[in-house]
Amino acid sequence: MSTPSAVDAAPRTLTFAQAINEALAEELRRDPTVFVLGEDVAEAGTPFKVLSGLVEEFGPERVVDSPISEAGITGLGVGAAMTGMRPVVDIMFGDFLTLVMDQLANQAAKTHYMSGGRLRVPLTLRTTMGATRRSAAQHSQSLHAWVAHVPGLKVVLPSTPADAKGLLKTAIRDENPVVFIEDKMDYTVKGEVPEGELEIPLGVADVKRAGEDVTIVATSSMVRVALAAAEQLESEGISAEVIDPRTLVPLDRDALVASAQKTGRAIVVDEGHRSYGASAELAAVIADGAFWSLDAPVKRLAALDVPIPFSPPLEDVTVPTPDLVAQAARELCGKA
Amino acid sequence: MTATAPRTGIDAELALGMYRRMTAIRLFEEQANELYRSAKMPGLTHLYIGEEAVAVGVCSALRRDDWITSTHRGHGHCLAKGADPGRMFAELLGKEAGYCRGKGGSMHIADHENGNLGANAIVGGSAGIATGAAFSAKRRGTDQVAVCFFGEGALGQGLVYEVMNMAALWSLPVVYVCENNLYNEYTHYLEATAGEILARPRAFGIEARQVDGQDVRGVYAEAAELVERARSGGGPAFLLADTYRYHGHHVGDVDRAYYRSKDEEELWRSDRDPLALLGRWLEQQKLAGGDDLRRVEDEVRAEIEQGLAFALEAPFPDPGQVTEDVYA
Repeated sequence: MSTPSAVDAAPRTLTFAQAINEALAEELRRDPTVFVLGEDVAEAGTPFKVLSGLVEEFGPERVVDSPISEAGITGLGVGAAMTGMRPVVDIMFGDFLTLVMDQLANQAAKTHYMSGGRLRVPLTLRTTMGATRRSAAQHSQSLHAWVAHVPGLKVVLPSTPADAKGLLKTAIRDENPVVFIEDKMDYTVKGEVPEGELEIPLGVADVKRAGEDVTIVATSSMVRVALAAAEQLESEGISAEVIDPRTLVPLDRDALVASAQKTGRAIVVDEGHRSYGASAELAAVIADGAFWSLDAPVKRLAALDVPIPFSPPLEDVTVPTPDLVAQAARELCGKA
Repeated sequence: MTATAPRTGIDAELALGMYRRMTAIRLFEEQANELYRSAKMPGLTHLYIGEEAVAVGVCSALRRDDWITSTHRGHGHCLAKGADPGRMFAELLGKEAGYCRGKGGSMHIADHENGNLGANAIVGGSAGIATGAAFSAKRRGTDQVAVCFFGEGALGQGLVYEVMNMAALWSLPVVYVCENNLYNEYTHYLEATAGEILARPRAFGIEARQVDGQDVRGVYAEAAELVERARSGGGPAFLLADTYRYHGHHVGDVDRAYYRSKDEEELWRSDRDPLALLGRWLEQQKLAGGDDLRRVEDEVRAEIEQGLAFALEAPFPDPGQVTEDVYA
């Protein structure tokens, strides 16, 4: 028996979807109390084919196809979590968080606190976010700010295959309800992923690209957008640092503030709607912590405050792009 | 050996035990009402007086390691499942010695050691939790049963049907106990409930029965059958208990004439009181005399008063505890 660790693990290239699948398979193998519950999670492997092969290995008792009852399966997950199981509930589209909100916000999030610390809800709820898939207003929202607003929930937004694997394994082992949100547009993105054991702690940001002139804080698929912008900026003589908080709750405030203090300029890029969104909180954290080091107010790039439209030319202007991020950086650096 | 009454299978020890627990609920709730009236309790509370036979009849059919979920009107379920009145009063008063260290209050008491997964202030909100506990019992290979208590008002909530569907599909060991006290808060249930209540669980193929919720022996007998059926793999069940809440929706609901008559209230108190019904039966069966029942009441009263005194004297939590227990 080998005992793999993050140190000796050999990296391979996997897609984001394969990394999620591998994390689930490893946790299902490791811990008999882990199970997956959701719509079309078994033979279908979800519409995104993220879970393909799991039911074949673990059987329908542990990879459970459910009725189309988002509130019901989340509630069932809460009760199972309170009584010795570690459910991984699959909510196909993040837009359906609207249907599970009572079970998530009033039950899962508050049980530990309301019981004076006596009950625990080690539940992982996986769902999706992200526009530009031509899926229109009810299958394209990025609602992570809704859940990040509720004390008692942890919120994870992985941006790379390796982070997806390591953060999902940590989420499943966490003693609290964790909302794990995957960008649908990331599933085919490839990256190096260590084989075997990999735990990434929640609440630790990751610098995806080091830089000197401007800090770009980006979440989920916006990390790719920010990296593409940084690439453009490099050729123009602007050195951008891209930092990914990876988890909104808990939030690695110190890392964001330290980066902004170093560069003196900060942009936040997030795919939630701009008003009252995650970008506002992240910008406030930086403004509070790095105010005396900043050369300019923090800029925010987020989804327009409109329902995500269907028509491609309309949808494409609703979310941040590399060009928009690069333009914001130029403005901040006085090179617009 | 204790005497066993014919037909019911309920012996004197069980019957007297149920009388004692119903009395405890009655006296606990009277004190809770008094705490409100004397402005010693923060906030409001929802009294269970009149419905004692449902909680006690059902919980008497459960083991300590069986699970229950409860409602905003939850003190009865909590006591019937074995909770300590002193720690419950302490929770009602927001004291650190309470079941939730004062963070939950009347509507959120949970008592994990006795299998109580918590009262719930969202109507129907615990249906998923109870069903999930049953799922967990089945997957972990225990023979625990989960009971979901809810009022007839929860019949308006979609979650209840979502999880009943899954409980039936997967043959989960859960018993849904619907306490029909006639009123969805301030509205008669007939104004809010179409069709036949029992037809709803039956549509899922769930075994569904109705019982006089004022008759603790009848409740116990039905619950015992349904619980054992669930325990032995027979799947979920639904028990509809017809009952009545003597007080208002909450302690502040004292002027009730606009939604129900004083005559109706008086009739339930005089003719359908669960404690009087059981007391009379115990005497008729010669399982207990009037003196025995008075002694039980005196003993319970002393326990309740002792618990209340403990809670009144207990300290409030230090304000610094406000940020504790958000995350495990």
